[in-house]
Amino acid sequence: MNRGLLFFAAGLLAALGIGWMGFPRMLYERIDQPLQFSHRVHTSEKVGLKCDDCHAFRSDGSFAGIPSVSKCAECHAAPLTASADEKLLVEKYIVPGEEIPWRVYSRQPDNTYFSHLFHVRQARLKCDECHGSHGSSESLREFQRNRLSGYSRDIWGQNIAGFSRGMKMTECSRCHAARGRSDACLDCHK
Amino acid sequence: MTTPTQKKSRYGMVIDLDRCNGCGACMMACAVENNVPPAHREATDRTGITWLRVYRFNNGLKFPNNRSVFVPVPCQQCGRETPCVSVCPQQAVDVDPATGVVGQMPERCLGCRYCMAACPYHARYFNWWDAVWPPGMEKTLNPDVSTRMRGVVEKCNFCHGRLHAARERAAAAGRDTLQPGEYVPACVEACPARAIVFGDLNDETSEVARLARRPEAFRMLEQLGTEPKIYYLTRQSWVRKVSEDEVQMARKDQTHG
Ligand code: HEC
Ligand code: HEC
Ligand code: HEC
Ligand code: HEC
Ligand code: HEC
Repeated sequence: MNRGLLFFAAGLLAALGIGWMGFPRMLYERIDQPLQFSHRVHTSEKVGLKCDDCHAFRSDGSFAGIPSVSKCAECHAAPLTASADEKLLVEKYIVPGEEIPWRVYSRQPDNTYFSHLFHVRQARLKCDECHGSHGSSESLREFQRNRLSGYSRDIWGQNIAGFSRGMKMTECSRCHAARGRSDACLDCHK
Repeated sequence: MTTPTQKKSRYGMVIDLDRCNGCGACMMACAVENNVPPAHREATDRTGITWLRVYRFNNGLKFPNNRSVFVPVPCQQCGRETPCVSVCPQQAVDVDPATGVVGQMPERCLGCRYCMAACPYHARYFNWWDAVWPPGMEKTLNPDVSTRMRGVVEKCNFCHGRLHAARERAAAAGRDTLQPGEYVPACVEACPARAIVFGDLNDETSEVARLARRPEAFRMLEQLGTEPKIYYLTRQSWVRKVSEDEVQMARKDQTHG
């Protein structure tokens, strides 16, 4: 009887281990960002940039997203520190004028319609409400790409414990519902 | 909170059949706008995809009394007991309470085609094949409309991508409501005869609401009580009769597309 319990517990643990640790490793490919970038350094008092110095709205109201490498070149025409990432930035991207192939954690599927205009300009939401602490992060975590769908793990959202790290459809709808918006499918889809 | 979507509109169309000359520009503009792929080589009148289809009807009389009429038929945007919504087992179809537009979500669709059987207007289309774009044509796709895969149903949604774009333009200008004429589907814009008028039926002063109240205005299969938001105008009584005849409309292969 005790032995049975032991086997059961061992089996359960093994199954949970595979489900929780093994399977996600199989499903998600881990990809490093092309170089390390610290939001904390650039928004510190020393450098003194504001979010919208790099993440601005264009005059037509569209969101410019991640700045192009010409923005970095304004200050990094030549290395300012001894950092290896900065060396990479200057040599591989700024000098040849190549764009940096950043991976966007929050990138939505093609069929999703999202606009920063309504959320940031009109509803005056803070960046952290959706992106968490990314704007004050020190380094970039690895990007996890779903091998089947190609989507970022961040938009896949909730894990089994109810912990949410991203912008899954339920996250969008939860906030909209809390603010009394009734949505049709085609409000967020296209 | 009032936002562009939260203001209640009821978008609709009035199509003047006495003006339509059947040129098909609306069908082309629709296909280009909504990333409808070129027809598969095995596609027939029944299996091809045309969110907007121009049907031709004939009164069957001998010359000189013979008459034809062209009837552009997009999704009729039923406002009551919307048949495709109530039969969908997937909640892949909904009526937007803010605009009245009947939205189809191909990604949610499982391809059972119950909605196609339920639609009295045959305005829904099934993807029998995966889209194949001739070389170079992918570059001309509209980024505001996602493409669909084989095995799902799709239909007209009053060019929803254009609604998104219009709302963005309004928001960028600091307005939270759309002005009349700011949001217009592609077919309306393309019609050289100006036979299609589009707008908010809830706005009493809009041209579309005014035309819809005219005595020559009618809706197709009005007796079903689905309250379509597409109105047709005609001064010819035989044309009105065509619209009441379910059998004529029911077979896509018996009419000319
Ligand atoms: C020096 C320019 C610069 C400044 C200033 C800046 N950012 Fe960024 N931001 C970037 C770059 C480059 C990336 C792409 C790398 C990355 O993901 O961090 C990025 C990415 C992001 C993303 C990630 C989007 C995603 O899902 O992958 C968020 C969110 C963001 N920034 C928020 C902020 C906020 C909030 C601030 C202000 C506190 C800010 N940024 C200030 C350059 C900047
Ligand atoms: C306003 C000027 C300015 C702009 C614009 C700017 N940086 Fe910097 N960056 C700095 C300064 C100053 C430092 C050095 C900070 C220090 O001394 O620790 C720095 C440091 C760095 C480092 C060194 C490593 C670290 O984290 O300390 C990297 C990598 C870097 N920047 C990348 C970028 C990239 C990528 C962009 C473009 C998106 C960019 N920077 C845009 C001013 C700028
Ligand atoms: C309501 C939630 C929300 C808020 C608030 C928000 N974002 Fe985003 N952000 C998103 C989503 C969703 C995406 C993915 C968009 C996509 O893939 O189309 C995104 C994408 C981004 C990206 C990726 C770049 C790109 O090409 O689109 C950056 C950078 C970014 N956000 C920065 C910011 C900054 C800076 C702020 C604050 C001013 C902010 N966001 C506020 C939800 C939000
Ligand atoms: C933190 C709250 C919050 C989150 C999270 C959020 N939204 Fe919103 N969203 C809002 C608010 C508030 C508005 C109304 C903005 C305004 O005043 O026009 C809005 C408006 C919109 C609109 C404009 C609708 C219209 O036409 O008026 C779209 C589209 C939208 N959200 C999509 C999304 C998507 C997609 C996501 C998830 C990736 C998302 N939202 C996440 C709060 C949120
Ligand atoms: C508030 C915004 C919002 C609304 C409203 C909304 N969705 Fe979504 N939906 C999203 C976002 C964001 C994603 C992508 C992230 C994810 O997969 O959860 C998504 C993903 C999906 C997907 C998966 C697509 C894929 O490619 O993996 C389906 C299916 C879907 N939605 C169906 C619907 C249907 C049906 C409705 C209407 C009943 C609806 N959605 C309403 C925001 C929304």
